[in-house]
Amino acid sequence: MKPAESSFADRLLGRVRPSGLLSLSAPLLAIVFAGVITSIILLVSGDPPLETLGVMADYGTQPRSMVLILNSATTYYLAAIAVAIGFRMNLFNIGVDGQYRLAALIAAAVGGAVALPAPLHIALIIFVAMLVGAGWASIAGLLKVKRGVSEVISTIMLNAIATALGAWLLHKDRLAVEVAGSNNIGTRPIPESGQVPGMAIIPGTETKVFGLIVLAVVVGVVYHVLLNRTRFGFDLRATGRSESAAVASGVNVKKMVLIAMVLSGAAAGLIGMPQLLGASHSYGLDFPTGLGFTGIAIALLGRNHPVGIAFGALLWAFLDTSSSILQIEEIAPEIVQIMQGTIVLSVIIAYELVHRYQIAAGQRRVSKELAGGTPPRVEGASA
Amino acid sequence: MAIRTEEAVISTSTPAVELKGITKRFPGVVANRDIALAVQQGHVHAIVGENGAGKSTLMKILYGMQRPDEGEIRVNGAAVSFRSPSDAITAGIGMVHQHFMLADNLTVLENVVLGSEPRKGGIAIDFGSARKRIRQISDTYGLGVDPDAMVEDLGVGARQRVEILKVLYRGARILILDEPTAVLVPQEVDELFGNLRELVREGLTIIFISHKLDEVLSVADAITVIRRGTTVASVNPKDVTARQLAELMVGSELPSPETRESTVTDVVALSVRNLSVHSPDERCIVDGVTFGIRKGEVLGIAGVEGNGQAELVEAIMGMRPAEGEIRLGEEDISAWSTLRRREAGIGYIPEDRHRHGLLLEAPLWENRILGHQTRRPNVKGPWIDRAGARKDTQRIVEQYDVRTPGIDVDAAALSGGNQQKLIVGREMSGDPVFLIASHPTRGVDVGAQAAIWDHLRAARAAGLAVLLISADLDELIGLSDTLKVILRGRIVADVDPQNVTPEQLGSAMTGAGEAA
Repeated sequence: MKPAESSFADRLLGRVRPSGLLSLSAPLLAIVFAGVITSIILLVSGDPPLETLGVMADYGTQPRSMVLILNSATTYYLAAIAVAIGFRMNLFNIGVDGQYRLAALIAAAVGGAVALPAPLHIALIIFVAMLVGAGWASIAGLLKVKRGVSEVISTIMLNAIATALGAWLLHKDRLAVEVAGSNNIGTRPIPESGQVPGMAIIPGTETKVFGLIVLAVVVGVVYHVLLNRTRFGFDLRATGRSESAAVASGVNVKKMVLIAMVLSGAAAGLIGMPQLLGASHSYGLDFPTGLGFTGIAIALLGRNHPVGIAFGALLWAFLDTSSSILQIEEIAPEIVQIMQGTIVLSVIIAYELVHRYQIAAGQRRVSKELAGGTPPRVEGASA
Repeated sequence: MAIRTEEAVISTSTPAVELKGITKRFPGVVANRDIALAVQQGHVHAIVGENGAGKSTLMKILYGMQRPDEGEIRVNGAAVSFRSPSDAITAGIGMVHQHFMLADNLTVLENVVLGSEPRKGGIAIDFGSARKRIRQISDTYGLGVDPDAMVEDLGVGARQRVEILKVLYRGARILILDEPTAVLVPQEVDELFGNLRELVREGLTIIFISHKLDEVLSVADAITVIRRGTTVASVNPKDVTARQLAELMVGSELPSPETRESTVTDVVALSVRNLSVHSPDERCIVDGVTFGIRKGEVLGIAGVEGNGQAELVEAIMGMRPAEGEIRLGEEDISAWSTLRRREAGIGYIPEDRHRHGLLLEAPLWENRILGHQTRRPNVKGPWIDRAGARKDTQRIVEQYDVRTPGIDVDAAALSGGNQQKLIVGREMSGDPVFLIASHPTRGVDVGAQAAIWDHLRAARAAGLAVLLISADLDELIGLSDTLKVILRGRIVADVDPQNVTPEQLGSAMTGAGEAA
């Protein structure tokens, strides 16, 4: 057998790193590739590629746009981290979407129902959100550990159940009240003691950056430290790299599956918090959905690395935000979705190409070294 | 014994398959070296060798799944170069895999045509003509396959015949069967051999890979033995005994790894009583095994692979549920987790270092932590102690002569021997009281082998109790203080390693002769 065999999934999820200069060539290749494809599509649809990108860049660098980008990126970052925790040990938590929606709804209801001093009130809401997210994710974890149900299937189904449960809870007989001045309904607004004020850190605009951008930074640091510096993180990464070796080394894989799922769910619970505590103060029918799936794309884009994910989230948010200018310029804003898809695919393809090149080059080198000079040392094909 | 060397195989007709000087290298390992093989048309040609000897790589090369670095492949006299299995199929070579590749919820017919569907009018599948062809092939070779049966309703033997038929349907005249009897019960084996004889009578050629010697002797027309990646002999089954074949497979010309004076004490380090392991389908894989290992003693377990050795080791490590009692020193550890057993001082050199011993895509210092992730110098409380682990990895690299450019390279970059030295060094760290060494020198070069033997001997002298599992009879006889033979999950003989020859041990392993 090839000693250096790694599965496509390993490379897809960034558990195999290209080394040296090649690690830089992959993202460069991806950017060039995505640029070419997007340009072709723009040309086909009759828009000049360079000017379109120029318009987007102009709009994206205006102060107000920058705040919007940071705010979206904060949410995307949390979503991608939630997904990445599972990815690092081969767990595909597709249920981040349902986890964060249910968590935001119940945390909003709890936040609107109690009155506490400011820091405690905020902490309570965030704690409830993490608890609900973790609890919902643990269902999939328990099913996998106890019954061997694939977490992909169970989390997708739990998403559907979360949607139904959310719709049932968000009713005037239960958690919802009518929102004044509209026909929307939502949870009782969270009083001021439970709100996180925005920060006016970008000069030249009144729009404020979510205060909870700090939370995203903290989560990123905790993610990095937990995975790379602790025994728990070592066990988690070992399980992701080789389950059989982890078992032989004494890791209780079932326990790890459950814990990783719970952590992923707890992180998912945080996704709705910047929006809830920083802007809407209530969970209504208009609360953003689908962030869990965006998180999957960004985790892939950032290759599960905390800094990579930050770049991925910013890029994604930039594209989302600048799409609104395209409509004004009479360019189809859907072009942005095509770009996003192309970028994710390009990154995956680029890393795969670089990896294959590396394997082939390594084998050629070894063959050459062994063929020349001293007679080859005889070795069996170790299984 | 009448063993012709490979050069002496002379034939008047053109061989169906001829391999010359095939060499295949993977980073760190030479999987095949200078392979020479000639398979006569209309023969059942067996290729035998220990696990890891390079049989699978060779067959992958012949089937186009791997490309050789050097050498020549000739099919019916014409030189070929396969880029993929479809090239091999075009040349008339088909492979029946050990693990069936059939869709349970489809019929035999659908499974057979899958991937090479006959077309009718461009779009529709021509099931009628396919059914007719399947019946015809089935009748010609006496396979007894019903094209309209659901695969999920078929037994293992019938499924295997469907796999064979699938290959024949694609026009193969040369069949490679990879360990076809591994999944069969004895009656099914007899049936399969009947089918194989039918196939060769019709002019087909069969390459049969196995390490079950009695089966090989009963069915093969010619046998080639592979050891350590190269063909060591081609023999006529009429002229050899199972014992002679076993010797050829494991080799007995290497210098014996002699251990000098006994270091055995009378303190029992590990004892196992009535240990049994059952497979999920309730078969008894390890059957009431009892033994004790004292400090400073090496207990060797000899046996043909697949007789319960791997399961016995996994049961002692707590990786596999088992009944019976395991004691480490005074303590009953039967209910302990793998982690707790390791913390209590059990070291483990696994049989398959890539699956169980290493994180191939992690640097060496992270591999140093593996299996010792709760102990110093690797951790401080819940934190990984990077500096401590790195320093100790450096110590292992120096002390155990691990040839590596540094401790930050991935384990996959090292050769098999150096990977194994790293594992040995790691498992000797943290003062183990008992060490399981499962095929400790498999797939490593001769130099690393001698070094690993030295380390085991030194540890034994320092009072370590060692359970040694090996397929290398010289290694077993040379290192062990006590030798037991395992057959079908039972300890069937106790052997004195001082007065036993590899031949005697070999026959005890196959249950053929009396133990010395």
